[in-house]
Amino acid sequence: MSKVDNSRRNFIGAGAVATAGLVIAPGVTLFDMANAKPAGEAASSAKRWGMLIDSSKCTPGCNDCVTACGKENGVASTGHPQTDPQWIRKIELKELKSGRSHSLPMMCQHCAEPPCVDVCPTGASFKRADGIVLVDRHICIGCRYCMMACPYKARSFVHEEHHDQNPDVPRGKGCVEACTLCVHRVDNDQQPACVEACAAGNKDAMLFGDLNDPNSEISKRIATYATTQVRADLALNTGVRYQGI
Amino acid sequence: MSDSPNKSFTGKAAGFGQLLSRGWAVLLAATFLAVALPAAAYDEGGAKAGHAKHIDAKGDKCVRDEAYMRRNHMDLLKHQRDDTMRKGIRTTQYSLKNCIGCHANEKTNSVIGSTDGKDNFCQGCHNKMAVKLDCFECHSSKPKAASGDAMHPIVAPAAQPGDKDKQSGLSGKMRWQMQAKLDSVNKGEVVK
Repeated sequence: MSKVDNSRRNFIGAGAVATAGLVIAPGVTLFDMANAKPAGEAASSAKRWGMLIDSSKCTPGCNDCVTACGKENGVASTGHPQTDPQWIRKIELKELKSGRSHSLPMMCQHCAEPPCVDVCPTGASFKRADGIVLVDRHICIGCRYCMMACPYKARSFVHEEHHDQNPDVPRGKGCVEACTLCVHRVDNDQQPACVEACAAGNKDAMLFGDLNDPNSEISKRIATYATTQVRADLALNTGVRYQGI
Repeated sequence: MSDSPNKSFTGKAAGFGQLLSRGWAVLLAATFLAVALPAAAYDEGGAKAGHAKHIDAKGDKCVRDEAYMRRNHMDLLKHQRDDTMRKGIRTTQYSLKNCIGCHANEKTNSVIGSTDGKDNFCQGCHNKMAVKLDCFECHSSKPKAASGDAMHPIVAPAAQPGDKDKQSGLSGKMRWQMQAKLDSVNKGEVVK
């Protein structure tokens, strides 16, 4: 028998792996494969959207996620920094003893047991079946109880009138708002804007996916590496988890 | 238009009022009004004088007939609003975005405000009917920009002169994957 030329087979094998997503550890790939929800189908509790943020990859001083969020959702400065809404912010952390510093983005943690929903007097603050915590502005009366209740300071009150909103992201004066996990994009089978921007900047510090699916990239990573919920002592079961903090 | 009951009502009301107060001459005038008024009350487009004429619509016909939409569009919108907000159902038929996409004025690209001295679609009717219009305190009154990529300049690769299909066939996630892969290749990393 003639000798088999393995180079061709290797090439095909490499191609298959590249197609299936980049592999960063055994069984751990960089991307989830598309799993689109038809437009007419309601969000289901079979999924729970979540995010994993690797603070060791998050560059201090990098603001890409915040910028992308502002651009996508129309969250811009109105010239009143003390009251401007803030959907996502960068936090720089420093351990005083060792001097080790790192940074991470902080936003709505999309808790499974959200305190903002508990305290809302009108039912405007609610959790969608797939775990995304939202404010229904049609019902919000702007009382700001939820802002008080949130341990992550994730919510903001809109003090100024807004114009020329992104048609997918209605926003206006008099309501409380927070990170929606880019729900309009998620329903359209896209990643949240911050995650996309982080990857586009070659940081890959943010991973978005379905926490309920054991085969999803995010579930595998959470099963593989030590991850943290911020203020885990409150037992809110956050959808946003951190690595390396 | 199928508004004949309203037509005859207009005629009769004028007729009775005048008949009681004046004589035959006035009755003749009233009869004339009964015939002439409806003709005057409907313009060439079939819109009744009390209604704002709707001018702006890009499509051929609405998702429901015009009479139904005049009376019930708010219910359709409210139902859709709750479905979309609470359940994430994003069908477009009764969505506000769909309405705006079709009814935005071609010049100002908006359903509120006015163009050339005439109120645009939503505002025109609501002003005439004296009904407060809240939607656009939060919702955009303009359709989404035609180039969706303009919203995400960070991730959209710069368009090359030779580009054919502007990524239209790709879902956002696939585009993101390709972009990330491209970036790591550019950085000289080995893509397994």
